[in-house]
Amino acid sequence: MSEPGRGDRTSRDGVRAVAPLAIAVVGFGVSYGVLARAAGMGVLAPIVMSMTTFAGSAQFAAASILGVGGTVASAITAAVLLNARYAPIGVSVAPSLTGTWWSRFLHAQLTVDETWAVAAEGEGRFNPRVLLGAGVTLYAAWIAGTVLGVAFGDVIGDPSRWGLDAAFPALFLALLVPQLRDRRSVEAAVVGAAIALALTPFTPAGIPIIAASAGCLLGLRSRSAARPEERSS
Amino acid sequence: MSDAWIVVIVVGLVTIAIKALGPMLLGGKALPPRVTVVVALLAPALLAALVAVNTLGGDHELVVDARLPGVLAAGVAIKLRAPVLVVVVLAALVTATVRVVTQ
Repeated sequence: MSEPGRGDRTSRDGVRAVAPLAIAVVGFGVSYGVLARAAGMGVLAPIVMSMTTFAGSAQFAAASILGVGGTVASAITAAVLLNARYAPIGVSVAPSLTGTWWSRFLHAQLTVDETWAVAAEGEGRFNPRVLLGAGVTLYAAWIAGTVLGVAFGDVIGDPSRWGLDAAFPALFLALLVPQLRDRRSVEAAVVGAAIALALTPFTPAGIPIIAASAGCLLGLRSRSAARPEERSS
Repeated sequence: MSDAWIVVIVVGLVTIAIKALGPMLLGGKALPPRVTVVVALLAPALLAALVAVNTLGGDHELVVDARLPGVLAAGVAIKLRAPVLVVVVLAALVTATVRVVTQ
């Protein structure tokens, strides 16, 4: 179904690929649990949110808005805007998901930034087995962290000061570099970053990231330059 | 129902729907070639945006703080072909150290 090489990766490769991040995700889950508890969300609601929403930035945004006495509507709006990027991300993985409807649904729910990026095989293809392995690993880590944070947050303290917030951009950078195969992908990256940074001061969180996906429209410019170079490895 | 539960239920349902949309409607079907070219560039565009916003993004402002040296150290490690684990741990370590030193 896919070419040899990266296409042969299994779900175990997916587990391995996100393992470095799983510890950071547990730590972030603890941070979220601590924040959500302090925001008056109770014990069960934050855990249910990690199980259903499974998207860190949106959950942090919702909890912090509720914590400062913001309205339900503003918490929902912020979280939904932050998750809007999963619409184009879902379209990008769709052709690679060939199973039954429930298998596609399951893979779709496990598609978050990190699992999407490690499952990418280039030229718009994604490995569903890697997505599954990476997704289950991060899902377990996120929920475990949330439970720990909600239950023992006052004992273990908030781990966000440990530099975990730098672990995520570092991982995204490590996943970005192999994607930069040709001039066109470099241009898309530069345009994406520029749009996101330019909008950050002026728009609600989430808009900069979703607007950055417009960087991929560079692909429409001319067809001759669209051929990616041969893969070196 | 408490505010927290309303947020949890609404955000949960909307997020599940957003994630499911593409794979449920288009699953397994090849996209037209022009769309494929565009979608292939989504990864570099979005990943670069995530790096930028997670490194420099603040509350409605751009801020240079301890995250930047951490991510720059990660960049050097990536350049030297370090394993991802080393890259991620190094970034957290540098950022945490800078925070301790500058506090």
